[in-house]
Amino acid sequence: MKKLLSILAVSVFAFSANAGTLDDVKNRGFLKCGVTTGLAGFAAPDDSGEWAGLDADMCRAVAVAVFGDRSKVEFITTTGKSRFPTLASGEVDMLARNTTWTISRDVNLGFEFVGVNFYDGQGFMVPSALGVSSAKELDGATVCIQTGTTTELNLADFFRLNGISYEALPIETNDEGKENLFAGRCDVYTTDASGLSSTRAAAADPGKWVVLPEIISKEPLGPLVRHGDHQWGDVVRWSLNAMIIAEELGVTSENVDAQKSSNVPEVLRLLGVEGSYGEMLELAPDWAYQIIKQIGNYSESYEANVGPDTPLEIARGLNALWTQGGILYAPPFR
Amino acid sequence: MNDLTEARKPPVATTGILGWLRINLFSNWVNSLVTLFVLYILIQFIPWILNWTIFAADFKYNFNGEEIINREMCSRVLDPENGGACWAIIYVRFYQFMYGFYPREEVWRVNLSYIMLAVAIVPLLFDKFPFRKHFLKFTYVFPIIAFFLLNGGLGLEPVSTNKWGGLLVTLVLGCTGIALAFPLGIILALGRRSNLPVISMMCTLFIEFIRGVPLITLLFFGMVMLPLFLPEGIDMDGLARVLVAVTLFQSAYMAEVIRGGLQAIPQGQYEAARSIGLSYWQMNMKIVLPQAIRISIPSIVNTSIGLFKDTTLVIIVGLLDLLGIGRGALADTTWLGLAYEVYFFVSLVFFIFTFAMSRYSLYLEKKLKTGINMGAD
Repeated sequence: MKKLLSILAVSVFAFSANAGTLDDVKNRGFLKCGVTTGLAGFAAPDDSGEWAGLDADMCRAVAVAVFGDRSKVEFITTTGKSRFPTLASGEVDMLARNTTWTISRDVNLGFEFVGVNFYDGQGFMVPSALGVSSAKELDGATVCIQTGTTTELNLADFFRLNGISYEALPIETNDEGKENLFAGRCDVYTTDASGLSSTRAAAADPGKWVVLPEIISKEPLGPLVRHGDHQWGDVVRWSLNAMIIAEELGVTSENVDAQKSSNVPEVLRLLGVEGSYGEMLELAPDWAYQIIKQIGNYSESYEANVGPDTPLEIARGLNALWTQGGILYAPPFR
Repeated sequence: MNDLTEARKPPVATTGILGWLRINLFSNWVNSLVTLFVLYILIQFIPWILNWTIFAADFKYNFNGEEIINREMCSRVLDPENGGACWAIIYVRFYQFMYGFYPREEVWRVNLSYIMLAVAIVPLLFDKFPFRKHFLKFTYVFPIIAFFLLNGGLGLEPVSTNKWGGLLVTLVLGCTGIALAFPLGIILALGRRSNLPVISMMCTLFIEFIRGVPLITLLFFGMVMLPLFLPEGIDMDGLARVLVAVTLFQSAYMAEVIRGGLQAIPQGQYEAARSIGLSYWQMNMKIVLPQAIRISIPSIVNTSIGLFKDTTLVIIVGLLDLLGIGRGALADTTWLGLAYEVYFFVSLVFFIFTFAMSRYSLYLEKKLKTGINMGAD
């Protein structure tokens, strides 16, 4: 009998330890969000020690959805190697760490990618003096390329497909690529487009370098959570979607109060004036209103962190709304 | 004929500056060539470095007199020909470099800890310090005080170690690692030389295992695997886990350094100690260890400096030490591209600490005359 009781007690204990992440977060009083140790435009501490960037905004949006307060988030820095163990062990509730969504990560590692907050892809950067406007004109160029990466394979495929030749200058790190390109030891540097933009912004004279329009690989970056907690996954997914939908509907942090008396039904549903969508997610009725009010819609976050007016100068491109020539698309809010 | 002739002066070329130059720098043609070559390099670089780091550099304002708030305002970006270093990035982010993300209203606690660290360490280092005995009592309780001061508790607002960063993390890792590894290393070294086979085998196994893997592996072990061994519900702090890894790593190396010292002690010392009836511990504490540690000082300092620099590896597991904060600063779009300044500053800070350590070890060696023949006296 005693044994049975103890087994029962243990199983009850185990059960309570496995309560939903949303409840854990609410009980703890703040969100633990895994970010990079510093990547320009995505997550980096600003001068006052506040984390800023596209990924940092994603974390804050979820914190706002749960608590209605953008400061209720603790940023946990993770590296490319430590990010997955950190998420798997429950040390963070979610990752927003420019992580590419791939089948093996989604399925085999036991994570759930809940959306894409930046469509990245491998691009090319050349000196503007080279006078090249397309990567297809790069026949015979010397290319700085990180060895042992998927970018190396993509590069070989691209040049083969287009029937042009190149000479590879193998490098190990991004900094090495930067130095080699600036010193003129290679004509072209290739890595993810966002990385190229920050390399360009760090140059002595950014105007001397151009990022070519060709993007030759798919690198969808998005927030992810652990497998199996769908309620929590929904909260993160719809925090991201709410920002995208807000842009689609023209709701910004500036006009969100006025929009509360809009006559567009989807705006009213989004802002919690009508319907009970907050209740479905076990959040406050005005969760999406608070995200837009405190963080802004997707476009505002993009423009502030990586957009054309920032030193990174990344055009919207693929990340424009589907109605504006991009592929950013959120399911309807109803 | 007993009057002494006055001693003749030595040749000009063997005394004074000229003599020194001749003996040390131009004693033969190879040395002369090397001297000239080094001189040439110094003349080429020193003015340039001084100019870049000091005379042409911006500290808070650029050459237009405006306060620098982003990279575009740096003189060296506005005028690449003449501008020097742009130290504004360090100036603006000095707080982060020193304390990480420690809340500003609580930062007095870190400052107090720094001051108390000095009060705890200086009397320990110099045995002529007045009232040294009383200060040493404080040295023993300092770690406990510092723990509560930095971490919170006992009525102080808790500050999660996630918010620690910069020099604070570097010093916490370095000091704790060195301080804990020293006694652990002594025990391991004695254990390895023990006559009891179980103890000696366990110590040898531990030391060889730790020395056989890189620090990064141990850091990952601490970060990822340690939580798996802990009972359910016990959440060990990230910094604490890294500290465990760093301490284990350092203690294994320290053990080997001290074992080297132990092996240099002549057998006669042990026998003499035994013959006057000292127990094992008395023999080690009073006779063997003081001599062994004395001759291992250079190696002890060497491994300690190594550890202090190795703490920068913690960025791999996501802790932002001094170097990590520097890299974070470089990832801020406001300051992109000021890598030289950041890395220069970080290396300068590391140099100050490691240089102080190595000078102190030189002072100790001189004071204790570690060079004497131990067996003969």
